[in-house]
Amino acid sequence: MKTRHITEIAGALLLARWKQTLVAAVGVTFSIALFITLLGFMEGLNQLLDGLVLNRTPHIRLYNDIRPSDHQPIDLSDKYKEYYNFVGSIKPTNSREEIHNAQRIIENLRKDPLVLGVAPKITAQVFYNLGNVDVNGIINGVDVEQETKLFFFSDYVTEGNYYDLKNVANSIVLGIGAAKTMMAKVGDVITVTTTEGEQFTLKVVGFFQSGISEFDKTQSYASVATTQKLLGESSNYITDIQVKLKNMDLAPSLAPQYKQVYGVDAEDIQTANAQFETGSSVRSIISYAVGLTLLIVSGFGIYNILNMLIYEKMDTIAILKATGFAGSDVKKIFTAISLSIGVFGALAGAVFGFIFSKIIDAIPFNTDSLPTVETYPIDYGARYYIIAVLFALVTTYLAGWFPARKASKIDPVEIIRGK
Amino acid sequence: MENNIVLEARAIYKSFNDPVKIDVLKDISFNIKRGEFVSVIGKSGCGKSTLLYILSTMDTDYQGELLIDNISMHGKSEKELAAIRNEKIGFVFQFHYLLNEFTVLKNVMLPGFKLNKYNEAELESRALSLLKDLGIEHLAHKMAHRISGGEKQRVSIARAMINDPLIIMCDEPTGNLDNTNTDMVFDIFKELTEVYHKTLLVVTHDMTFAQNTKRTIEMEDGRILR
Repeated sequence: MKTRHITEIAGALLLARWKQTLVAAVGVTFSIALFITLLGFMEGLNQLLDGLVLNRTPHIRLYNDIRPSDHQPIDLSDKYKEYYNFVGSIKPTNSREEIHNAQRIIENLRKDPLVLGVAPKITAQVFYNLGNVDVNGIINGVDVEQETKLFFFSDYVTEGNYYDLKNVANSIVLGIGAAKTMMAKVGDVITVTTTEGEQFTLKVVGFFQSGISEFDKTQSYASVATTQKLLGESSNYITDIQVKLKNMDLAPSLAPQYKQVYGVDAEDIQTANAQFETGSSVRSIISYAVGLTLLIVSGFGIYNILNMLIYEKMDTIAILKATGFAGSDVKKIFTAISLSIGVFGALAGAVFGFIFSKIIDAIPFNTDSLPTVETYPIDYGARYYIIAVLFALVTTYLAGWFPARKASKIDPVEIIRGK
Repeated sequence: MENNIVLEARAIYKSFNDPVKIDVLKDISFNIKRGEFVSVIGKSGCGKSTLLYILSTMDTDYQGELLIDNISMHGKSEKELAAIRNEKIGFVFQFHYLLNEFTVLKNVMLPGFKLNKYNEAELESRALSLLKDLGIEHLAHKMAHRISGGEKQRVSIARAMINDPLIIMCDEPTGNLDNTNTDMVFDIFKELTEVYHKTLLVVTHDMTFAQNTKRTIEMEDGRILR
């Protein structure tokens, strides 16, 4: 029996009841389209929200933490060697926040095949001077090019040109919150005081808006060189090395290695931001559950319609069997009907899913906290289409399998004699 | 001599158990030779249709032995029996049982698709020549539900012939037709046996029809009378 003939018979039966068939196919189309739209939208939002933090966070951060001395005098005493010692008189000394030999570490890391990129960073505590009032602030000294490449720095600079940070000496990109407090405009000159008590004038070349208002009130950005100058340090002075990996999931295992190899503290992104991962995965699970439920419901629709078709086409099945079609042939015919509803519905669903996604993608969505976002976010990942189509095929196959089996078991004698 | 026998029934018994045990067929034994035109007659309920369905391999719930083309049907799977029906048995039913979703031509070709012995072009020319022999080739491309009852029965005969079967079985082929059409169908059957040397087994309660066949098997209460 050629497949072509099976499909020809299946096609004829389908067309004989094309309205019901269309309803079943529309059910699949609808559920696939919604599945794709829902997941694309949900994942788009997830990526947006996670991106708020994850985009700006290095996968592994190398730094020197301020810690109490590991070796307290009492540990040196032979007498108390076997005891638990909790007397600690030596406070953290004026420890080096600077990473020793930072340039070499950076060069080394850049050669690592697992590493996507490395960006140095310096944090400097400052006060923004507003006449009589001083406002707390932090200036991050960054390498503008690397920062843009790895952490999308340019996306968050809402006004002015981020590149001026590198081109203009003693320039600063102010956090939007801080800028509002200072009533500063691009091109203005502001004064800051370092913790050492020295005053500097910096030229505002842009504003920075991260979407987290607390952050924007204090944080500002300057170039590495400007920050080194602020702190009165040499050009070797680096406090943080930010590492972005090709695969974020490797961060927890690589961080301890870096810690050991370079003799610095290393913190991975999963430890630093555990809660974001959880939120996204729960949202994903919910949307998958809703989407798959839709598909299963459409599967029941197909099951019903095929059952009905079988009752209507009892005579046809009986005559096919009488003229020598085996039960398995009849089963193939009905499975083919079900699968063609599935394939047609799934493909149309994928197209409609894409159209719905495009429509949502075009709806304006403006919020102060998300400067780079103008419309609702959509993730156009191919995996949603693949999952949806695969699942639709599996559901329709199963939905067709039971009625097809029933059809294959019909006794032609009963039908023919019953007349 | 043995080779001439197309179909043989050996001591076939059948009983229904619902609601009480009724013996429908008792010790049915006979054979049909190649080229015979056999009719089975008997009153309603004498078991002649039941016998036909057993002989056609569609009903497998019986005791005794059935040989088609000298091969025992005992213990064959549903799939094997379907293949035997497809290749060796042609069917004509009381109600035409054409598939309304297809054209007349496709209806005739369907069992051929299953047999897969000829390619589609050959099958189509075979089907067309059969329709032509039956005088209905002008209907070939009409939908099956658009033609008259007599025409439908002729299409059924063409369908039964498409795989060049060993035996053609008919269940009340004229039961639903008027006299003109009955005569026509009978003439076709006669021509099939005389000109094409086909073997026919016809179950009927039409006495005049039966009297005109070469051999008549008469049944009563599940037994063969003669």
